[in-house]
Amino acid sequence: MTKEYKTITEISGPLIFVEKTEPVGYMELVEIRTGGEMKRGQVLDSSDDIVVIQVFEGTGGLSKDTAVSFTGDVIKMPLSPGIVGRVLSGSGKPRDGGPEIVPEVLRDIAGAAINPASRGKPRSFIQTGISTIDGTNTLVRGQKLPIFSGAGLPHNDLALQIARQAKALGEAESFAVIFCAMGITNEEAQHFLADFERTGALERAVVFLNLADDPAVERILTPRLGLTTAEYLAFDLDMHVLIIYTDMTNYCESLRQMGAAREEVPGRRGYPGYMYTDLACQYERAGIIKGKKGSITQFPILTMPGDDITHPIPDLSGYITEGQIIVSRELHRKGIYPPVDIRPSLSRLMNSGIGKGHTREDHRAVSDQLYAYYAEGNDLRGLAAIVGKEALSERDKLVLEFADKFEKRFVNQGRDEDRSIFDTLQIGWDLLADLPEAMLTRIDDKYIKAYHPKYAASAAKK
Amino acid sequence: MEVGKVKRVAGPLVQATGLKASMYDLVLVGEEGLMSEVIGISGNKYIIQVYEDTGGVRPGEPVKETGAPLVAQLGPGILTQIYDGIQRPLPMLAAASGDFISRGLFVDGIDHKKKWEFKPTAKKGDVLKPGQAFGEVQEQLLIKHKIMVPPKHKGGAIKEIYAGNFNVDETIAVLEDGSKLTMMHKWPVRQARPVTKKLAPTIPLRTGQRVVDGFFSLAKGGTAAIPGGFGTGKTVMQQTLSKWADVDIVIYVGCGERGNEMADVLHEFPELQDPKTGRPLMERSIVYANTSNMPVAAREASIYTGMTTAEYYRDMGYDCMMTADSTSRWAEAMREMGSRLEEMPGEEGYPAYLGARLADFYERAGRAEVLNGGQGSISVVGAVSPPGGDFTEPVTQNTLRMVKVFWALDSKLTQRRHFPSINWLDSYSLYDQILEPWFIENVSPDWNKNKRRAMNILQENAELEEIVMLVGSDALPEDQQITLEVARMIINFWLAQSAFHPVDTFCPYKKQFDLLAAILKYRDYAFEAVQRGISVAEINSVPSKDALAKVRLEAEYEPILAKILAQMDVEFKALK
Repeated sequence: MTKEYKTITEISGPLIFVEKTEPVGYMELVEIRTGGEMKRGQVLDSSDDIVVIQVFEGTGGLSKDTAVSFTGDVIKMPLSPGIVGRVLSGSGKPRDGGPEIVPEVLRDIAGAAINPASRGKPRSFIQTGISTIDGTNTLVRGQKLPIFSGAGLPHNDLALQIARQAKALGEAESFAVIFCAMGITNEEAQHFLADFERTGALERAVVFLNLADDPAVERILTPRLGLTTAEYLAFDLDMHVLIIYTDMTNYCESLRQMGAAREEVPGRRGYPGYMYTDLACQYERAGIIKGKKGSITQFPILTMPGDDITHPIPDLSGYITEGQIIVSRELHRKGIYPPVDIRPSLSRLMNSGIGKGHTREDHRAVSDQLYAYYAEGNDLRGLAAIVGKEALSERDKLVLEFADKFEKRFVNQGRDEDRSIFDTLQIGWDLLADLPEAMLTRIDDKYIKAYHPKYAASAAKK
Repeated sequence: MEVGKVKRVAGPLVQATGLKASMYDLVLVGEEGLMSEVIGISGNKYIIQVYEDTGGVRPGEPVKETGAPLVAQLGPGILTQIYDGIQRPLPMLAAASGDFISRGLFVDGIDHKKKWEFKPTAKKGDVLKPGQAFGEVQEQLLIKHKIMVPPKHKGGAIKEIYAGNFNVDETIAVLEDGSKLTMMHKWPVRQARPVTKKLAPTIPLRTGQRVVDGFFSLAKGGTAAIPGGFGTGKTVMQQTLSKWADVDIVIYVGCGERGNEMADVLHEFPELQDPKTGRPLMERSIVYANTSNMPVAAREASIYTGMTTAEYYRDMGYDCMMTADSTSRWAEAMREMGSRLEEMPGEEGYPAYLGARLADFYERAGRAEVLNGGQGSISVVGAVSPPGGDFTEPVTQNTLRMVKVFWALDSKLTQRRHFPSINWLDSYSLYDQILEPWFIENVSPDWNKNKRRAMNILQENAELEEIVMLVGSDALPEDQQITLEVARMIINFWLAQSAFHPVDTFCPYKKQFDLLAAILKYRDYAFEAVQRGISVAEINSVPSKDALAKVRLEAEYEPILAKILAQMDVEFKALK
């Protein structure tokens, strides 16, 4: 039995300072007992005579004679195959009324870095059924592709749709979805849970819920628990894991709050200087490992404060993740769902997951061509607003029309519409077919002959 | 060696007492012996940064001294290796601890068991100076590894020297004073290796890329920065440079970057073929991979470890190129350690010594006369990742103060599929003047003159384009319309270069010069024709003009170009 201390000398925000006599390890798990309730904490600073502890469940109700005991171990997550289908709190306790997880293994939640030399190269295409992702910002297994959004935009619906529809082409493999909610409202959480239940997704999901009124410090734990679970499912149980966490902005706010409580020297906009490394330690837990069957694919969602992409949270995230999907307020106002603006969106791993053997040989060319004319069409909108549509050349008018049609037919789709990659490419070709063939400069003639509706129809007749 | 005690643990920083270590000495912290470095001494309190995760370390655990600073092991067997930031081979770590990196592992930087065939180049009685080579090992098929007296060793007359197969710990020579030499020595990574004399960067580093060699050339031993914003084609650029630059050794330091990106490099590099020899490029490369989630102190060290191995091969007389991707992550590691040390921050939370550290690093580049007598060089290409694309931030600004070449990668060009996506208006090279004599002597007296003419045309073009946006090109005077057309030719026929075309991927100096000269000749003809009152439409439809477009794709371009130029003479004379 470990020794109990009743020597709290200071309580400050989420932190307590405890005098002790035995050595306590850095990052060690601490149990704090106050009136029948047990709170958990973690050692942030350990010196000879005093330790600083962050309390995950908040310091409310603690007093100077609260009992504190040190467990002698870092925080570990109990894991077993039975965890799939469970709803847990942000600190990993059952929230669905079910029993505690009976552990088969205990894993350190800090997680070690994957050896870069052991990493496999992500190259398997994941079909999300959403044209703006599959067609122009393709996701591959092992990728981390965040959704950058803003307050009041339907990023949650988009995430749910991805969770429902994501699959690999032509193979049935065991896969799981992990959902980590950090500081979202009860209503949003209900929305997610209801959707999981409606579609039966809950059976293959693990849900971690830290709601807006749960302690902010707990949020620092939530993604770590989710990722530890993900690593267990992927690399022990050979599953393909898709992990969605929302909202990373809340997580970063918690980091900042902790930094301030510890009186650290702040970096940009008051966020701690180690935020890049901290975020990297979450995001980098995506990937595949040579010789292992499973994979971890991440979909972090973050709302950009003031829609500002240069804010430290999206900015640092963008430097770690492999691209980003940008949800646009402008498209949302036009009533287009999902309002993904493909122009600033990017999937850095797209090239290794498309083309012959993955999707279809003409994929890259079609995507480039769609990008080019949509971008040009958007620029022309500005010009048309000044000089009037009539003053545009015939070619420019065509491009302008193309951009409108692209938004209505390619970008826009139903919330339950699950388009195959071939449907997506077909829509792309249909749109391009409205332009004169000579304008398709980015596409090889042989692809035009094979896939352009004009020739495809005659090829079918033969 | 003293054994101290941990007093306090907070993140990657540990305080300990009971030590006698010096600043930057390597110590082993805790029961697991985590690799660490002393970074501050105050009274009897030692401040130590730990290169590994500190979770679970307690006050009272031992801290063992090693009596030496962080060193790199230098000897045959470094090439082809993939290291972490403190020179531990990653495949060996994987063999020792599995797919995830665990703690407290000590792995040698080079294989101590492998036998190498040592061929002496000195004989008994020869007097060796510090840094002098006395033998060699065929490290790779095409790379001879010179075995040198360690620079800090005082040298002396050879008493005995052996030929044959040895591992790096076995004695291969004994000097008169009894000191034994092996094929390996250690060198503290934070200390620059000495050279006899630094030389001026008067030789260009040939890359075969027209926009680089022709416009913004890097010198051997020079320094360059590339901003690595989202989707600017940085990776392709770095690979092209690694492949084509006329250096002997390529050192790639992936410092705080993405794991999947590193995986890509580690997959691609072994598959890349050295176009000059047909051998795998990896045979003359060293890769350091310290991804963003690996310990931050090791990230800080990786730049120095990489530089030390570069210096080692430079000392053998090789030309080396080191790519650091990205120096911004390195600076962030410094910021992180600085804030944990509760140092007074400078700009944007970066430590006040940021500029000094960057300067120290870039100063280790250069061309030099090495102790062994020959010449070697280290050229550095540092990527910077300005947050929010803001070039006024401290890391970019401090870097730009140090480096002499800036290749402004431009995402707008990438989107237009113009490669290499180096913006010709924002980039610069300060080696222009110092390299001119070399180009005059080796290529043509007109090298810099033509370059400046072409750049002026592009500058004028940029100004004219703004007017064109408003009024259309037809409203411009005729000579300006010609300038627009010539600029388009320079951009599309000359600056654009396909990395995937077998011939166009590498363009020799002479060809670069001839192609540009041909475009400028067209310009002179066109201007002269305008003077004679010939219409722009007629001038622009001269067939020889469009023929210039494809010359860059021809290996034996000279007869073709000569024919086109002769045709141009005829065609312009015929215009009336």
